[in-house]
Amino acid sequence: MGVGFRTLAGKEILRFWKVSLQTLLAPLVSTLLYLVVFAQVMGQRPSPYGSSVSYASFLVPGLVMMSMLQNAFANSSSSLVQSKVTGNIVFVLLAPISEAEFLGAYVMASMVRGVLVGMVVWLTASFFFGVQLHALVWVLVFCLLATSLAGLLGVLAGIWAEKFDQMAAWQNFLILPLTFLSGAFYSIHALPGPWRTLSRFNPFFYAIDGFRYGLIGASDVAPMTSLIVVGSVTLALSWGTLVLLRSGWRLRP
Amino acid sequence: MKGDVHAIEVCDVRKHYTGVQALQKVDLTVECGEFFALLGPNGAGKTTLINLLAGLVRPDAGVLRVMGHDVVRDFRGARRALGVVPQELVFDPFFSVRETLRLQSGYFGLRRNDDWIDEVLDNLQLTNKADVNMRALSGGMKRRVLIAQALVHRPPVIILDEPTAGVDVALRQTLWQFVRRLNEEGHTILLTTHYLEEAEALCRRVAVLRRGCLVACDTLEGLLRARQASSLEEAFVDLVKEEA
Repeated sequence: MGVGFRTLAGKEILRFWKVSLQTLLAPLVSTLLYLVVFAQVMGQRPSPYGSSVSYASFLVPGLVMMSMLQNAFANSSSSLVQSKVTGNIVFVLLAPISEAEFLGAYVMASMVRGVLVGMVVWLTASFFFGVQLHALVWVLVFCLLATSLAGLLGVLAGIWAEKFDQMAAWQNFLILPLTFLSGAFYSIHALPGPWRTLSRFNPFFYAIDGFRYGLIGASDVAPMTSLIVVGSVTLALSWGTLVLLRSGWRLRP
Repeated sequence: MKGDVHAIEVCDVRKHYTGVQALQKVDLTVECGEFFALLGPNGAGKTTLINLLAGLVRPDAGVLRVMGHDVVRDFRGARRALGVVPQELVFDPFFSVRETLRLQSGYFGLRRNDDWIDEVLDNLQLTNKADVNMRALSGGMKRRVLIAQALVHRPPVIILDEPTAGVDVALRQTLWQFVRRLNEEGHTILLTTHYLEEAEALCRRVAVLRRGCLVACDTLEGLLRARQASSLEEAFVDLVKEEA
């Protein structure tokens, strides 16, 4: 990866950094609101993992990962759609940057934003509910894999969408259901049979579950299973997006 | 670089969009160091041809080369050899003029390019706007930044797609002085414009596109002689009349 890749990745990071009130602090506020409301309302009910894990402890990893996924997706998708609508994507397309560098730069910036938001949310939640950290390696692995997965989805959405409402459709009809129906607020063992089965086809469930294992040492499925699922989906999506970019679809018609 | 390399080569290029044949079997060669005009009425295919050369769209058939580099197979070489000033006033509202030019340099693999950036800013009378956000610039200033962006990597071939559309007289003169100097320094210039007097004053060779077909490609004198015209505008109108 050359100077072109580094410049594009740096520009994408600088872009969200310049509006950090909206891109870093706003997600913190909304996630903390979820945390306060759900921990208060659901805190009286038995925890999904028994008395050793409080509901707040169960909830924190889910909300941290949820905010990472949503922000990683938002970064690449909004940047690409804005650039397409305003026309300034032409400056990147005119440059001698390969499709792999293009994809890598957008995904890397998404990962940086996702991880930064996750860190800020986790640190703030730790202040209120105490520090949780069971296995740092699993935490890092799922942080990186999940944010790259969401960043890739964002690139796909950004390539496809020609207008902001098309982008919103991805956000509202795909990303939001996937993140909310992913076991962030509950264990999938508490779901009725068909919903539980359906949840097992949601890659975000594995991202949250594996990350939860890293933070509190408890999860619905083995972390290795989650790693295989999230890793495979990320690899497949990387390959598919690269093929699309190389075909010129919607970017170089 | 070999001696027989052309600045731009377009060989048997075809391009269609849904329901529209934008270019039909176009062949065109522009030699190194030329100041070349690509003319045609709206919808003739000028911007499509430029976009094909820039790699912004892909040809259905045919080959395009910039300084001998195939724009598809050797896209890095072709894009490094080419600077394009787009027709629309596009910009990234997040960045200042200097940041924009540094980023554009980086996209082309240049990390420390500030000396050249300063020179380009100075030549385009943008030095006092270097740290101003792009949003705060007037239309004319934004046009100058677009030209600066096309020049940051010192390309041997420069394409100007209607660079003076909506530009005041003072900026036009500054712009043409600068572009003339670039041409004298050895840059190849391909210009599209609807101001035919500008093309006549600046360019030695002229090509005319009509409905995606190349209907004329000659020296200015040759074209005027062939059309028995006293000005480029007269020759151009004559060519367009044939369409009607």
